[in-house]
Amino acid sequence: MQLDGKVPSGPLAQKWDKHRFELKLVNPANKRKFDIIVVGTGLAGGSAAATLAELGYNVKAFCIQDSPRRAHSIAAQGGINAAKNYPNDGDSIWRLFYDTVKGGDFRAREANVHRLAQVSNNIIDQGVAQGIPFARDYGGLLANRSFGGAQVSRTFYARGQTGQQLLLGAYSALSRQVGLGKVTLFTRREMIDVVVANGKARGIVVRNLVTGQLESHAADAVVLATGGYGNVFFLSTNAMASNVTAAYRAYKRGAFFANPCFTQIHPTCIPVHGTYQSKLTLMSESLRNDGRVWVPKNPGDKRAPHQIPESERHYYLEEKYPSFGNLVPRDVASRNAKEQCDQGKGVGDTGLAVYLDFGDAIKRDGRDVIEKKYGNLFHMYEKITADNPYQAPMMIYPAVHYTMGGLWVDYNLMSTLPGLFVLGEANFSDHGANRLGASALMQGLADGYFVIPYTIGGYLCDTQLDAVSDSDAAFKDTERQVKQRIDKLLSINGKRTVDDIHRQLGLIMWDHCGMARNNEGLDKARGKIQQLRAEFWENVKVPGSVSQFNQSLERAGRVADFLEFAELMVSDARARQESCGGHFNEGFQSEENEALRDDENYCHVSSWEYKGDDTEPEFHKEPLEFENVKLTQRSYK
Amino acid sequence: MSKSINLTLKVWRQDSPFAKGRFESYKAQNISTDMSFLEMIDVVNEQLTLQHKDPISFDHDCREGICGMCGCMVNGQAHGPEKGTTLCQLHMRHFSNGDTIVIEPWRSRAFKLIKDLTVDRGAFDKIIQAGGYISVNAGGAQDANAIPVPQQNAEQAMDAAACIGCGACVASCPNASAMLFTSAKVSQLALLPQGRPEAARRALKMIQCMDKEGFGNCTNERECEARCPKEISIIHIARMNREYIKAAFGSEET
Repeated sequence: MQLDGKVPSGPLAQKWDKHRFELKLVNPANKRKFDIIVVGTGLAGGSAAATLAELGYNVKAFCIQDSPRRAHSIAAQGGINAAKNYPNDGDSIWRLFYDTVKGGDFRAREANVHRLAQVSNNIIDQGVAQGIPFARDYGGLLANRSFGGAQVSRTFYARGQTGQQLLLGAYSALSRQVGLGKVTLFTRREMIDVVVANGKARGIVVRNLVTGQLESHAADAVVLATGGYGNVFFLSTNAMASNVTAAYRAYKRGAFFANPCFTQIHPTCIPVHGTYQSKLTLMSESLRNDGRVWVPKNPGDKRAPHQIPESERHYYLEEKYPSFGNLVPRDVASRNAKEQCDQGKGVGDTGLAVYLDFGDAIKRDGRDVIEKKYGNLFHMYEKITADNPYQAPMMIYPAVHYTMGGLWVDYNLMSTLPGLFVLGEANFSDHGANRLGASALMQGLADGYFVIPYTIGGYLCDTQLDAVSDSDAAFKDTERQVKQRIDKLLSINGKRTVDDIHRQLGLIMWDHCGMARNNEGLDKARGKIQQLRAEFWENVKVPGSVSQFNQSLERAGRVADFLEFAELMVSDARARQESCGGHFNEGFQSEENEALRDDENYCHVSSWEYKGDDTEPEFHKEPLEFENVKLTQRSYK
Repeated sequence: MSKSINLTLKVWRQDSPFAKGRFESYKAQNISTDMSFLEMIDVVNEQLTLQHKDPISFDHDCREGICGMCGCMVNGQAHGPEKGTTLCQLHMRHFSNGDTIVIEPWRSRAFKLIKDLTVDRGAFDKIIQAGGYISVNAGGAQDANAIPVPQQNAEQAMDAAACIGCGACVASCPNASAMLFTSAKVSQLALLPQGRPEAARRALKMIQCMDKEGFGNCTNERECEARCPKEISIIHIARMNREYIKAAFGSEET
């Protein structure tokens, strides 16, 4: 089946306006007759829940943590892009659109990306109106900085806590609607399944994490904003609770999963230092504005950084990519760091690190200026490593950070399961094969504040929705299936802990489906994943009972889904016989070791339909048509 | 350089809100000093699981000091001995071989215990719902540069906005007061021109809610400021008090 993205006709710049006019409207008095479920309260879910409630819909919002304000969007550090062109340096909606399509290695849908660039400016306006304390110049106007993959300064920021501030903005809007009674908030609830009635998504089953009870909730439409699946690698920059379960359960109920192999490895993270480690910490990409990346010229040079003279340092990004220098996109920076370490030039105890040096910036601008820009990041680095980055260069290494793949959605952000909308990192739509820095916040908020409020109305108007209730058979059946699975997990009583198995899965994925992949490794990984999954269901140990606050049981359910999802990821990587963006298959590279695309055969979205536990998923293609940009080999030289 | 240390933990265990709690002792052996405090608890929990015992419940998520989910009393100090540090960013290099560490949950009337070290901080959400926002719907905002904000005000607002809502201020205060938390939001929005139209109403409503949720009053103990992992200053409490007085006597809000 060829998938239809439902992209409106007409010139690119007018598609969204035209579509908004063509979408049917729900009149204000009728909006209060519709119930909408929003799962996840990060930037996408929080902003969607608030905005839908502002419009008059009855919203039920669910989050896994104790408060909506904990969602992992909060950890985004560096900034948010917008095409305001306040610095007068040549930016425009078209340029932001172009940079994002190119940064994504031409594997994103043009019309979605253009819409994203269009509404980017509204997000900044909205944020300022909400009281987000963005950085300002002395004149009181907003300040900007630059990020990877762009030659203009279009990134707005609030110190190194931009994600936190934007999330707290969305959280405040959501809280206002909770106070007004338009949103009912359900915290410490984990969505375990989507309920499908008459072919449409009509509700969800959640587990109350405090009592252990299963609860069913019915609605007219379900919005998933449940983030990415980076934790399939065990070690990533994601929060501990980030997981694929909601998206994967939706996949099993009929929503197609798109481009699962597109994962982003972020170049600037604190290197791994021990087997007990539970997560990796990101150091914002904004650091590459002033920090210079280097390794010793001679492999095996173990001298301390200050003992290595300038002439024996290799500033490999600046030398190889003179026009973008240290600000090349993330996939390029990561791959180059790996390449240097593979050549034996890595630094630190493990040899799996490169330097990010602020020595020149501090000499040029003074310590005060650098401290003002990055103080909290330097502080965080010192806390974790006990090294002072004002005195010695930071050591960094790439780590799993973001997943561009996700549930397939059309231009209206609706999945292949009617009535199920997917926003933010959980969908696949805007970043292609590589996301540019400061674009995740932009996409999450664009989807939530400015896209879904329009498109969901169109769906509700055009669809015959029968009355459903959470006591219907569809709900009870789903609840029963969920319960069976939980009971099974608790009954195995084996010898390995959930984390132990998860850690092993992570290593398989990192070794074979990480920064670089090859066909042989992917084939091997598949077998290993199947074996590990079988072991999990025979030998996992989940302590405690179902009817209590049980964090081991929560993790077990998530890891069980990762063990299935990992195989889908590997299959997708194996099927895409090209390299593009974050998907780097060693068999497909240029002479200069850059990703080599095959536009003739792979200029499409790979979308997978679940066909049963013992059956291969079915492949569906959405061809990508580029009418406005010319496909080129990305060059950042 | 990293090394290994051995510790004794005395951990508060309580199965449910109404069950009787007690301290239990555990050995934490071969703990690398590069581990974070939470990774140390992970190691103990792995052992407990394999010994068929109930692992220790504790809240945590981002493990990089920003989500505000984690936090316990460590030897009587919220988030442990290091200044300006969340529990997830506290590293074991700050402890010595042979130490005994006492770990307890936040204790406050307004934070009901769920299990072991996990408490319910929903009362903080209620305070924000009462008025911790600017009433602006999506779509209605003017251009972001239409209102200049003096850089100093923006910076001070950001100092307040850095609050992560972890609850350490409440847990550290002898009155279990939420004044630092509440004032951080009141102050952030009071400092910005966008926040002025609702300033009086916001101060009144949020403080009323704070009282209703069972938090105590401020008696200038300054423990909150000392233990805040984001080092939020009690200057914000002073600003909130001024906002409150202005609102109570100078406005028509109730």
